[in-house]
Amino acid sequence: MALTGLEIYKLLPKTNCKKCGFPTCLAFAMKLSQKGIELSACPDVSDAAKAALEAASQPPVRLITVGAGDKAFSVGNEVVLFRHEKTFYNEPGLLVTIKDTDSADSAAKLVSDVSAYAVERVGKDLTLNGFAIKNASGDKATFAACVAAVATKTVLPLALLSTDPGAMEAALAKADGRNPLIYGATKDNAAKMAELALKHKCPLAVISTDGLDGLVEIVEIVTKAGVQDIVIDPGARGFADSLAALVQIRRLALKKNFRPLGYPVITFPGEGTNSPQEEAVLAGQHIAKYAGIVVLDHFSPETVYPLLTLRQNIYTDPQKPLQMAPGIYTVGDPTDNSPLYTTTNFSLTYFSVMGEVEASGVPSWILICDSEGLSVLTAWAAGKFDSEKIAKTVKSSGIEDKIKHRKIIIPGYVAVLMGELEDELPGWNIMVGPKDAVDISGYIKKVWTNN
Amino acid sequence: MPVEIPTEKWTGKIREVTLGGGGRKTVTVGGETALPFLHFEGSIPNRPVVAVQILDCRPDGWSEPLVRAWGDVVNDPAAWAKKAVELGADIVFCTLASAHPENQNTGAAEAQTTAKKLLDAVDVPLIFYGPEVSDKDNEVLVAVSDATSGLGMALGVCEEKNYRTIVASCLANGHVAVGRAPIEINMQKQLNILMCDLGIKPDRILMDPTTGALGYGLEYTYSVMERLRLAALGGDSMTSMPMLCTVGHEAWRQKEAKSSDGVPEAWGSLEERGILWEELTATTLMSAGADIVVLRHPRTVEMVKSTIKKLMGS
Ligand code: SF4
Repeated sequence: MALTGLEIYKLLPKTNCKKCGFPTCLAFAMKLSQKGIELSACPDVSDAAKAALEAASQPPVRLITVGAGDKAFSVGNEVVLFRHEKTFYNEPGLLVTIKDTDSADSAAKLVSDVSAYAVERVGKDLTLNGFAIKNASGDKATFAACVAAVATKTVLPLALLSTDPGAMEAALAKADGRNPLIYGATKDNAAKMAELALKHKCPLAVISTDGLDGLVEIVEIVTKAGVQDIVIDPGARGFADSLAALVQIRRLALKKNFRPLGYPVITFPGEGTNSPQEEAVLAGQHIAKYAGIVVLDHFSPETVYPLLTLRQNIYTDPQKPLQMAPGIYTVGDPTDNSPLYTTTNFSLTYFSVMGEVEASGVPSWILICDSEGLSVLTAWAAGKFDSEKIAKTVKSSGIEDKIKHRKIIIPGYVAVLMGELEDELPGWNIMVGPKDAVDISGYIKKVWTNN
Repeated sequence: MPVEIPTEKWTGKIREVTLGGGGRKTVTVGGETALPFLHFEGSIPNRPVVAVQILDCRPDGWSEPLVRAWGDVVNDPAAWAKKAVELGADIVFCTLASAHPENQNTGAAEAQTTAKKLLDAVDVPLIFYGPEVSDKDNEVLVAVSDATSGLGMALGVCEEKNYRTIVASCLANGHVAVGRAPIEINMQKQLNILMCDLGIKPDRILMDPTTGALGYGLEYTYSVMERLRLAALGGDSMTSMPMLCTVGHEAWRQKEAKSSDGVPEAWGSLEERGILWEELTATTLMSAGADIVVLRHPRTVEMVKSTIKKLMGS
């Protein structure tokens, strides 16, 4: 987090000696805060001040990339505690666990199922991010063979889970060029794991069994060794303790600019829970509250689909709400006699209308106009949802070929458009629907049978 | 050197609201001086509670696994309420759906009969929602309010365009009024102020911030609730009412919780998907400050209750 001029001033010698070319230390500090000059222009600045200023120029949560190529994912770089303050930027990576004790067949099937998994939502393909391969056997050769097998079957990023540096070294040799996450460095193996991370230029996870204090100690060991790309595991596994740890870490990073914990957090919801369903619930908590990587012990479509949806929801930029692609949408199996609604492409508007039309039980067409993501009233006020826009969308969408009738239901909030729209769409019957989506059901049952 | 844990010094406190009483079992929600489940920075005297939603008539169009999970009790509100309490409901939430003009258009007398049946069947507090048609809401909620005077019901919903009658009746009979604004912090606050102007005490108000289900506006509800909670803890006394979310109602009407045919294979099995849809909606909104989650599926009730227990550190 950038420091203000005044905060920088407090770190300077305050002698006003002018060697930097500025009349006062304060003037120099102001210029520095605007990044108009380098700190080195002051010859007398202390080492402590230098370190503090350097730390302040780093992002509060370091951006870490796992994997290589198109499928690599990056996490971190977050700047807020609450999404409404700005947005959450980098969706947590969701990894699925493979144990090196799994049979080759079941591991191969899991790898291909997870790699192929994709589900479309609001126009986006939602996918899982990779695999966490666990050295459950405790054996070096078995681990390396499993990593080799998985690596040939998927291009998705990998995390290698072993605390045995020998096993890790053997596995890394099989994942050359894949930029896997090394998980990881403990109190006992930190120096060796740091060495491997540096040699293979891979990100390194630091594992604490002793809360945040223990975590900081190990982070300091590996950073002193030169490792910069770090992921942290505070060791908390349950609902309450992991929530507390993740909140504390995010707060320390953001509010205190506390460097030793300014890294993405990796979580293991399967370890603190008793069923795949409960694992998903805890994973959901981690997605909403600050995890960078979530490792799932179970994979099934019915649990990952809700989780991927949650991740998309939480990481949607509140300033740029999701928009629907303009065009024709259907509810149920509409015929050429089914009602036609029109509304804006603000996704929440669309989903409310769609939900209520669905609840009405009457199969229907919904024509979505491009309002640049604004809701009905705001779009109308901003001139993004007017009779011209609606008429143009009707003409260009091809809806005229899909229905025999010429009736279109407009939102009640823009009833004023009726006259103009009749001019723009000769031969059409413009019907004014309810103001709120919730009243659609009652409305359509009344008007459509009578029509 | 031990890490210094950063805590927020909140000046505000969520109001405590008690439902029930008058000789019946009570449930108190609210009272927090910390963000949800952050025990290290304040006190959370009352855990969030689970209300189970039942209808006063046989549900029409409910998701198949949901109806199957309840079995025959859906034909009888009293039996349904009893079963809900057996399964762990802290509160029974009854929607007077039959009063909807498109449904059976039942009126005051039927609503009172339902209310009395439920009072006899269970001893936990009750929440009644009307069919959400203003005139009918006023008719049936006032009837229930009168028939349950002094027993601490919660009645909803009060909205900006229709709150006076319900609030006045709550005030007269000692009930709690639930106010709902359309996912907007200032409108929610404004509604609280309007309700208080009629004389109801702020600790007889619950906020229903309008629930968006997972995939259907959850993030809007989530952020509005976080903002309401932050404002309240920051000292704003007109946003400090406990929050209620109609999770089950929203989650189970979405396609993801209803359809097994003609949906992508990547959606997986309907029943597990539907339950998780409801669970994640519930737990995510609890982490934003929900004090009462209104649920539908028995397994969600079980999972959410156990999650609450764990989050409360027991
Ligand atoms: S050189 Fe350094 S000590 Fe001298 S005036 Fe500039 S900032 Fe201050």
